[in-house]
Amino acid sequence: MKSVVARRHAVDIVSKVLMGVATVIGIFFLLWIIWTTLKFGISGMHWDLFTKDTPPPGTDGFGLRNAFVGSLMLLGLSLLIGVPIGLMAGTWLAEYGFHSRTANAVRFINDIMLSAPSIEIGLFAYAIVVAPMGHFSALAGSVALAVLMIPIIVRTTDEMLSLVGSDMREAAIALGAPNSVVITKITWKAARAGILTGILIGLARISGETAPLLFTALNNQFFSGNFLRPIANLPVVIFQFALSPYANWQQMAWAAAFITVLFVLVISLFARVVLGTQVTK
Amino acid sequence: MSPNQSQGTSAVKIPVPAKAASAERTDGELEAAVKIAVSDLNFYYGRFHAIKNVSVQIRENRVTAFIGPSGCGKSTLLRILNRMYDLYPGQRAEGGVTLDGEDILGPKSLANLRSKVGMVFQKPTPFPMSIYENIAFGIRLYERPSRSEMDERVRLALTKASLWDEVKDKLSQSAVRLSGGQQQRLCIARALAIGPEVLLLDEPCSALDPVSTAKIEELWYELKRSCTLVVVTHNMQQAARASDYTAFMLDGSLVEFSETSKLFTTPTDPRTEAYITGRFG
Repeated sequence: MKSVVARRHAVDIVSKVLMGVATVIGIFFLLWIIWTTLKFGISGMHWDLFTKDTPPPGTDGFGLRNAFVGSLMLLGLSLLIGVPIGLMAGTWLAEYGFHSRTANAVRFINDIMLSAPSIEIGLFAYAIVVAPMGHFSALAGSVALAVLMIPIIVRTTDEMLSLVGSDMREAAIALGAPNSVVITKITWKAARAGILTGILIGLARISGETAPLLFTALNNQFFSGNFLRPIANLPVVIFQFALSPYANWQQMAWAAAFITVLFVLVISLFARVVLGTQVTK
Repeated sequence: MSPNQSQGTSAVKIPVPAKAASAERTDGELEAAVKIAVSDLNFYYGRFHAIKNVSVQIRENRVTAFIGPSGCGKSTLLRILNRMYDLYPGQRAEGGVTLDGEDILGPKSLANLRSKVGMVFQKPTPFPMSIYENIAFGIRLYERPSRSEMDERVRLALTKASLWDEVKDKLSQSAVRLSGGQQQRLCIARALAIGPEVLLLDEPCSALDPVSTAKIEELWYELKRSCTLVVVTHNMQQAARASDYTAFMLDGSLVEFSETSKLFTTPTDPRTEAYITGRFG
């Protein structure tokens, strides 16, 4: 009897230590990344970043305005393309597909899409948008980013709607509500916080993506508000400026990286804190 | 299937008390008209035969209780009366069910049936919206009353469910924050708001404390003036206390159906006696 207790106690301690070590390793690298971007990023912070465009090679000065605006345009259009598609596909899976063969096939393919290399998605957007248009464009970039985001939204929407449970659906149907009303007025509402969290996670995921933008949106030295033309954006600016020989460009790359990390952090925290409390309620 | 079983099917009591015998009830009420007539009803979950040749007549403005051990088919029977089973492929009903003489199993407007036959579930199912909106939701499915008329309808429904005094000052508060008993009465109010002729209650008190249960039972006395109530309950005392007629079901068959006072004092079937005296189930 005593030996059983002692053995369990030992196993308990060993596994707790192992779990603790794993947690510390994970957090250590996360903090290291944040610390590095913070250290170098802060020193690159300059008011001109927000008011001036990227300077030509070999000249002094700072500026990222065109990249900020370009990134926001890319993300905005991606949301516009990705949210309706992801939301509707996820809703179909949870409300109509259930566990039918078709629905399970869609879920399987969606899971593959979740882990698809982003550079391949970029190639796909190149083939269907850039090649026919004959040139790079913000539109192509947004298509690539939307394709990356859709599987995340499909998955969370499907899961969150499935969590609503049949009780509430049946209650609404028992009142005589048609399916369309049950979905739009009841189940979407009940799963709202979870679905929004999925959208935000999708947004956070694509805000740092560089590979798919390299051969879709490309980059633009100048300010542009045209969706049909190449556009400046933070990830590609970071990529190009970090590899450049100019000190001011390298510093701007750090600043852009810092701002991107901050953006993702704020979105994630918002999803967790604001929406998270609503989920549990 | 036990040998008892097949014997029981043949021994089903035809649930129409002879007119002369029960024309005058002890409380002086006259025999009520038949609201719902179920004849030779069979129900299948895929291959499973869940309800076997059940015939029963449910009388207008009375409380009819269905009792029996878990899995005896009482909830299934209830869910046939508003065709809830329609939601699920593979479930089918055979036989006759009429509401005011009209067949309800045939291809007819379900919304129409469900506006006449309301349902309250075991677990309270408040919708994720305000108390007011919970009631207004059902009304809006059928009509678009003016703001003041809607206010009045909401007040009336909540009053009927004896919830008005408790919530009149917080109608815009989320319904999810109400207590379990209040939520259940809100669900009753929501069903009443669309003016049903029949109210189906599927173990409406099993998730509630005794005080809330008493409140809901008291409510039945009020409700049966304007409504026909069909209650499934696990609780024999509840059936004995609050119903006019009681049906005892076992393994998908109706064993005995009679006036509640009669069924609980002088049951004719030995299995009914065994069940109500607590020898099984």
